[in-house]
Amino acid sequence: MDVVKILVDATRAAVGIPAAAYALSAIGLNLQFGYTGLLNFGHVASMLVGAYGMAVTVDLGGSLWLGIPVGVACAVLLGLLIGAPTLRLRADYLAIVTIAVGEILRLVVRSSLAAPLTKGIFGIQAFADEFFAINPIPEGHYGIGRLRFDQRGVWMMLVGWAVVLLAVLFIRKLTSSPWGRVVRAIREDEDAARSLGKNVFGYKLQSLMIGGAIGALAGMLLAIDQQNVTPDNYIPLLTFYAFTIVILGGPGTLWGPVIGSVVFWFVFEFLDGVMTSAVVDGWLGGALESTDIGPIRFFLFGLGLMWLMAFRPQGIFGRREEMLIDAR
Amino acid sequence: MPADRFRDVAAGPGAAKGDPILSLRGLRRTFGGLTAVDVERLEIERGTITSLIGPNGAGKTTLFNLLTGFDRPQEGHWHLNGGPLVGIPSFRVARRGMVRTFQLTKSLARLTVLENMLVAAKDQVGESFWGALFGTWRPIEQANERAAMESLERFGLAHMAAEYAGSLSGGQRKLLEMARALMVKPELVMLDEPTAGVNPALTQSLLGHITGLRDLGMTVVFIEHDMDVVQEISDWVVCMSQGRVIAEGEPLTVARDPAVIDAYLGRRHGEIE
Repeated sequence: MDVVKILVDATRAAVGIPAAAYALSAIGLNLQFGYTGLLNFGHVASMLVGAYGMAVTVDLGGSLWLGIPVGVACAVLLGLLIGAPTLRLRADYLAIVTIAVGEILRLVVRSSLAAPLTKGIFGIQAFADEFFAINPIPEGHYGIGRLRFDQRGVWMMLVGWAVVLLAVLFIRKLTSSPWGRVVRAIREDEDAARSLGKNVFGYKLQSLMIGGAIGALAGMLLAIDQQNVTPDNYIPLLTFYAFTIVILGGPGTLWGPVIGSVVFWFVFEFLDGVMTSAVVDGWLGGALESTDIGPIRFFLFGLGLMWLMAFRPQGIFGRREEMLIDAR
Repeated sequence: MPADRFRDVAAGPGAAKGDPILSLRGLRRTFGGLTAVDVERLEIERGTITSLIGPNGAGKTTLFNLLTGFDRPQEGHWHLNGGPLVGIPSFRVARRGMVRTFQLTKSLARLTVLENMLVAAKDQVGESFWGALFGTWRPIEQANERAAMESLERFGLAHMAAEYAGSLSGGQRKLLEMARALMVKPELVMLDEPTAGVNPALTQSLLGHITGLRDLGMTVVFIEHDMDVVQEISDWVVCMSQGRVIAEGEPLTVARDPAVIDAYLGRRHGEIE
């Protein structure tokens, strides 16, 4: 077992583009779930419409720089369309509707009906050349020891984490303002907020739209990195990754989603590396095949999430006394 | 004296008042076959304390819900300061000056006591999305903080300002809820059982605050079960039973009304009287 290699791979995942993209996705979800208390189980839908809004724009002959705002606008519109009919209902209805919307959108995008625009199950490729064309990083490999990235990877990561940082600053500005106090009040008790003259519906809608816009940026980041959008990338599992990250970091905390994502991807890759080595080195005596590793990884993550909910629901950054109050 | 306001008002259901802040006509709310509220006519006199009494299930809280926009009636209309309130959502009702509290106290548990107060303050530009990002809301915030701390001082909660509201005792939460409602600068305060589950010493302090609201020129309507409390601070009493207003008048008059004694106080109380 090459422990150094496993650690290097895990670190690569923890600082890489998926970690940045999921941090961004979790930041959006955290605004909705952690601060406003909205149970959005269809967060992947905003990633989908963001990525597709961008890719389709480029595919139709538009610039990537036009595609990005189009993707954000699509996600904001999606938030409006989902929120308007459901946010007046009780919280669990929003959860049901959003999980359905996510799946419906994926199925529509992969259908032959939408194929002229979305290219159906094959998806759209090579739409982000403009992004890599402006890469100022000279050709070469950068890093420490065995942890190295080429110029493309460094450029992606610089931009990705810069966007994460901007999103955190934006959320800090927003949540430390009176606006943020109102949405937290809504999370605690909608009726109390109403009785104090707050337009609860309007705030929830805004939270859904803003969180969706940030989720769209996450979807675009992943799509640009892969130069590829295909419908079956956007399965409900992505939403639950984002939920795991938000809970791991601490719902309603500023840096929780970012640190949560880094830890999530490190542990994810680390487990993968350890199990792969164990199988290859024959430590398990053939009890496991290498194809079993994927499912076991998810199984362990499920257990981890359950353990977290039971013993540390406040996450890494949350305050324990807040949770005790909640359990009163 | 507020009591003088009622000198020319004849007791009895639907009595017309000299200067009503709130008036309602023909209000009906049914749940399936059950008529929860069926009030022909009711007026609330400005600047007084009116208590709303009646046995459990009389429709008092439903009436509160209807008047404050938390529920919709099948029929009827009502006016606050002459402006119609039919179909107005609850948050707009609050902005127009009628603020309510709840029977089961709704403290915003994971906000601090001070944040509970600040969130209720009116006209904070930082509460809009663009205002939060680009507005100059801090001067307003500082003014609100001063007002909130003064109010917390009056309600004896100033030392808890930085604590989570969820860590307050039940009685303190009642005080906080009342103090918070006042941050909206209401003209009419609707208190749903403010003294329920509160110890006698704190009840006295709560009652002091309620009469204090009247002295500041506000109108108070409150639901109450304790007849001693009602007699002590009400200027006017409205008694409901089975959704209807069955009696209205000054506290002693209503307490002696046979309909009230039958419906609410029971036979035994009547014998003692």
